[in-house]
Amino acid sequence: MSCTIRIPSPLRSYTAGAATVAAEGATVEEVLASLERRFAGIRFRMVDEQSRIRPHIRLYVNTTEVTVLSQPVRSGDVVHVICALSGG
Amino acid sequence: MTTALWIGTRKGAFTLRPDTRRRGWKLSGPQFLGHIIHHVVQDPREPKVLLMAAKTGHLGPTVYRSTDGGRKWREAAQPPAYRKAAEGEQPRAVDRVFWLTPGHSSEHGTWYAGTSPAGLFRTEDGGERWEPVAGFNDNRMHPKWVSFGTPDGQLTHSINIDPRDPRHLYLALSGGGVFESTDGGADWAPLNEGCAADFLPDPTVPFGHDPHCVALHPAAPDRLYQQNHCGIYRLDRPQRRWVRIGNAMPKKVGDIGFPIVLHPTDPQTAWVLPMDGQTVWPRTSIAGKPAAYRTSDGGKSWRRLDRGLPQSQAWLTVLRQAMCTDGRAPRLGLYFGTTGGEVWAGANGGESWRCIARHLPEIYSVTHAA
Repeated sequence: MSCTIRIPSPLRSYTAGAATVAAEGATVEEVLASLERRFAGIRFRMVDEQSRIRPHIRLYVNTTEVTVLSQPVRSGDVVHVICALSGG
Repeated sequence: MTTALWIGTRKGAFTLRPDTRRRGWKLSGPQFLGHIIHHVVQDPREPKVLLMAAKTGHLGPTVYRSTDGGRKWREAAQPPAYRKAAEGEQPRAVDRVFWLTPGHSSEHGTWYAGTSPAGLFRTEDGGERWEPVAGFNDNRMHPKWVSFGTPDGQLTHSINIDPRDPRHLYLALSGGGVFESTDGGADWAPLNEGCAADFLPDPTVPFGHDPHCVALHPAAPDRLYQQNHCGIYRLDRPQRRWVRIGNAMPKKVGDIGFPIVLHPTDPQTAWVLPMDGQTVWPRTSIAGKPAAYRTSDGGKSWRRLDRGLPQSQAWLTVLRQAMCTDGRAPRLGLYFGTTGGEVWAGANGGESWRCIARHLPEIYSVTHAA
């Protein structure tokens, strides 16, 4: 399944500045693996070593929040990576 | 390559480089603007190599490596990360890499990293790939050692390697104590006898203490110094009991603080920066009058060093990694960075001080690169 991923600015150092990239996969997990193959290191910044989405990261498939990485992705979907507002 | 101070801050990494007479300092940076930089450390075995522990507010932690003295950096291919939790196990994830220590001189490319939650990791390829040290992270006693953390989480820090033996390691856990390994990290034992733990219901426990900073003397590796939440200590091996040398500090000042820094060649000389540890633990300069204190006799006596520092209404906090020397004995330069973004330089071992940088973000670490 071919989808589009919207990359937030904190992660664009991995994508050479690209705000949207294409990826393949039938689940969020597969899509992230596809992203990692192209942009090494990016997955670990969003998902920890226990395969949990990090506390200040939110993933959405279209407008549905991702709660498990096995969530399906269909061709043409847009996966949004959101960095929750934090800092100071 | 010129000497430099590396300043790790909440919003990026900066460097300060002196002119030849160390009168003027040039501030450069930031590199990695917006990143939280906990520690930047030079490899004494390969001086052009530095490692940097970094994360951002949103993203997972990582380590960057430079092989050209800090001009360009590359991210680790495999940053420190716990192994996958087995069924029924409590899963753990590294929140931040807090402390970096180069390995033994005989083990080129080896480094250790301390993390939060309290973990220990090791690399053998100069920081590219990190592996958990199972002997510590999966030690059957580990859950008990780390049961009491800080408001910022559990921290592994003060990783020290005996220069005589790469298998002889020390580390410290905030709210856990000092630990020693004699087998390269395969097993660990607490080393806290003599250290006070006034905040614990039973102060005689073998671990649970709160070391803030522990340093092994490179020229006399049987001697260690410790700035603890409850005092300043010295340990002379093979003894196991720490001696509270902070009892010799003036009573009005006390012996609470974060960093402790050692003279590069004289094991009798060390510096501390006392902080107010009373009531709610403000952790600011005592009475608003910052000062360093130096011992030159192993802690029997202490001398106040405050010439050039503000004399009133100066509420400075200096974190455990934010003080260092430049190693240039006999006219040693001492440096510290504050959470208010100032860097102070102490000439001739702290005899006189001046501010060499202001308006930086909150400073987490100050280290020297030769």
